[in-house]
Amino acid sequence: MSSQPANGFTVPSWHSGKRLLQVAAVGLVIVLLGLLTWRLLSNDRANGLAAAVAAGREPSAPEFDLARLGGSGSVSLAALRGKAVLVDFWASWCLPCKHEAGLLEAAWHRWQTRGVVFIGIDAQDFRSDARAFVAAHGITYPNLHDGSGAVASSYGVTGFPETWFVSRAGRLVAHVDGPISPAQIEVGLLLAQRA
Amino acid sequence: MRAALLAWVVSLVLASPALASASHPTLGQLEHEVMCPTCHTLLELSHAPIADRMRAFIRTRIAAGDTDSEIKARLVAEFGEGVLAAPPARGFGLLAWLLPILGCLGIGVGLAFAARRWMLTGRTAVRLAVAARTAEPIECELERALELELSRFDS
Repeated sequence: MSSQPANGFTVPSWHSGKRLLQVAAVGLVIVLLGLLTWRLLSNDRANGLAAAVAAGREPSAPEFDLARLGGSGSVSLAALRGKAVLVDFWASWCLPCKHEAGLLEAAWHRWQTRGVVFIGIDAQDFRSDARAFVAAHGITYPNLHDGSGAVASSYGVTGFPETWFVSRAGRLVAHVDGPISPAQIEVGLLLAQRA
Repeated sequence: MRAALLAWVVSLVLASPALASASHPTLGQLEHEVMCPTCHTLLELSHAPIADRMRAFIRTRIAAGDTDSEIKARLVAEFGEGVLAAPPARGFGLLAWLLPILGCLGIGVGLAFAARRWMLTGRTAVRLAVAARTAEPIECELERALELELSRFDS
């Protein structure tokens, strides 16, 4: 098989096949590089949230829509717009989470009538363990399951517990890495209500 | 022959996961195929609290008589598909399965082309060599025949 170009020379068709393979290989490399860049940029954004909040900026809170731990249905952050939200990332196997569970529940009792929502997100955990944890600590605010840890990753969570405060406009206004104190809860929620 | 060999390789590739999924695995086998969700390493390499909990879960399910695929399905339901060391053979994960096969095929096609070119080059060289060797005797014979014809014509 051969083709006859305008200059009169006969060019075997495997030359065009070779060119096609070269183009395909370059295209594949470009696609893989694009995916790598996208992945690095996503990680950068998540990791940069804590730094942005510490610098006084108020980045928008990553959206989530997760199934409830204790029952049917799901809760999305978008549905809570207009309310100050405390988002606590925890896991049943995390020892400091046990220590702060009672503290958060007590704060929830103080704040639930003041236009504030507490959301617990159980990440990278067995549902049965998490339900047992909620029951053992008498937690009454809504808890959601993030088994893969995708939502935790989108917030740049690197360990448990970690708490974020979301303003009524859906922006991150405060962040606590590690076990939270009663004073940090008060300050965070006041900031979230004011913003 | 080539088609039969290809069919045999494809059937081996497809049959091995199917056979494994119906088997009753050991903890050691699954530790090679399951990831720790917090440290993103194989379960066998992790000493994180969730990894210990996952090992306990797997032991319980093995004792309950679950198959390899049933245990993996339970883990995926809890932690998502990222808990499996091997990517799923669908969607974007399919690329990870297809690219090595396509790569091997590409290398095979490349080698076939190269071999064909080498053979063609070799044949041409042989032909030229043969032509070079036989060219002289043929010319001599022709010269002799021509001289013979000319002498007959002259006489």
